[in-house]
Amino acid sequence: MVLNCQHVWAEISNYIDDTVTPELREAVEQHLAHCRHCAAVLDSTRNILVLIADDRTFELPVGYSARLHARLQEEMDEFQK
Amino acid sequence: MTVKAQISPSLPGDSVAARESGVIARIVAGERERFHELVRPYEKAVYFAALSVLRNPQDAEDTAQETMLKALKNLHQFRADAKFSTWLVAIAINEARARLRHARTIKFETIADATEEIDGHFTPAVISDWREVPLEALERKELRELLQQAIASLPEMYREVLILRDVQEINIAETALALGVSEGVVKTRLRRARLMMQKVLAPQLASRRSSLFRLFKKGGGSWF
Repeated sequence: MVLNCQHVWAEISNYIDDTVTPELREAVEQHLAHCRHCAAVLDSTRNILVLIADDRTFELPVGYSARLHARLQEEMDEFQK
Repeated sequence: MTVKAQISPSLPGDSVAARESGVIARIVAGERERFHELVRPYEKAVYFAALSVLRNPQDAEDTAQETMLKALKNLHQFRADAKFSTWLVAIAINEARARLRHARTIKFETIADATEEIDGHFTPAVISDWREVPLEALERKELRELLQQAIASLPEMYREVLILRDVQEINIAETALALGVSEGVVKTRLRRARLMMQKVLAPQLASRRSSLFRLFKKGGGSWF
């Protein structure tokens, strides 16, 4: 199986998630070994996903949890009346 | 480096589900105070599910509160054929969408989203090499804002799937359940969303590396 760059781009997401068949994985890797552009697309995509998954990228608003549970408690207290 | 989110089907009999099932039964029987402990592990997931739709932190927080109140009220309807966390996230998504519809801002985005999904081809930013951005660089506010803005710029359907899957790291099956779409649709949207992120961010990160990551020159990272 020989893949061109567009085929590789179409499979990069599944490749990262490891949901491609062994044959397709091997074909993608063969292409990546010889195509620096696709290798850079893969590396940059992976790197960006690691960055957005980090807890520092998206933080909860300060006091969010306290306000949430206070609101829940209000509701529970109201229910009891 | 690997992206850690792997597909891991939920196990119906796993210990978390069993424990939650017991707590839920007690809450439904009248021990409502226990709802606090039940939902505490999922506060973050609910907030970010709402944020994925709404993009506004205040609206997301309001929606997260409404989601939890709705879950408390309807807890007796929860069926253990889905994870409790998935049920909560699905409520959050639906509440956020309802809020968006109410604000009458969804009209234009829906049209844009539909166009995006029909278009079959997408080209990433083609670059000749990539020097890794180290995690330590996230200490810089500029980088965090760059990432947040890139996600906020995605059309809603892609933003939702990217936040559930790649920020919250919910597996594909649970993401599909929460969004009410098939796993195939999740994979398709995820592919597009990830390449959109790469296209927007890779050139910016590459061109700003010297200004954004000056602090990390001595850190042994491969940026310099």
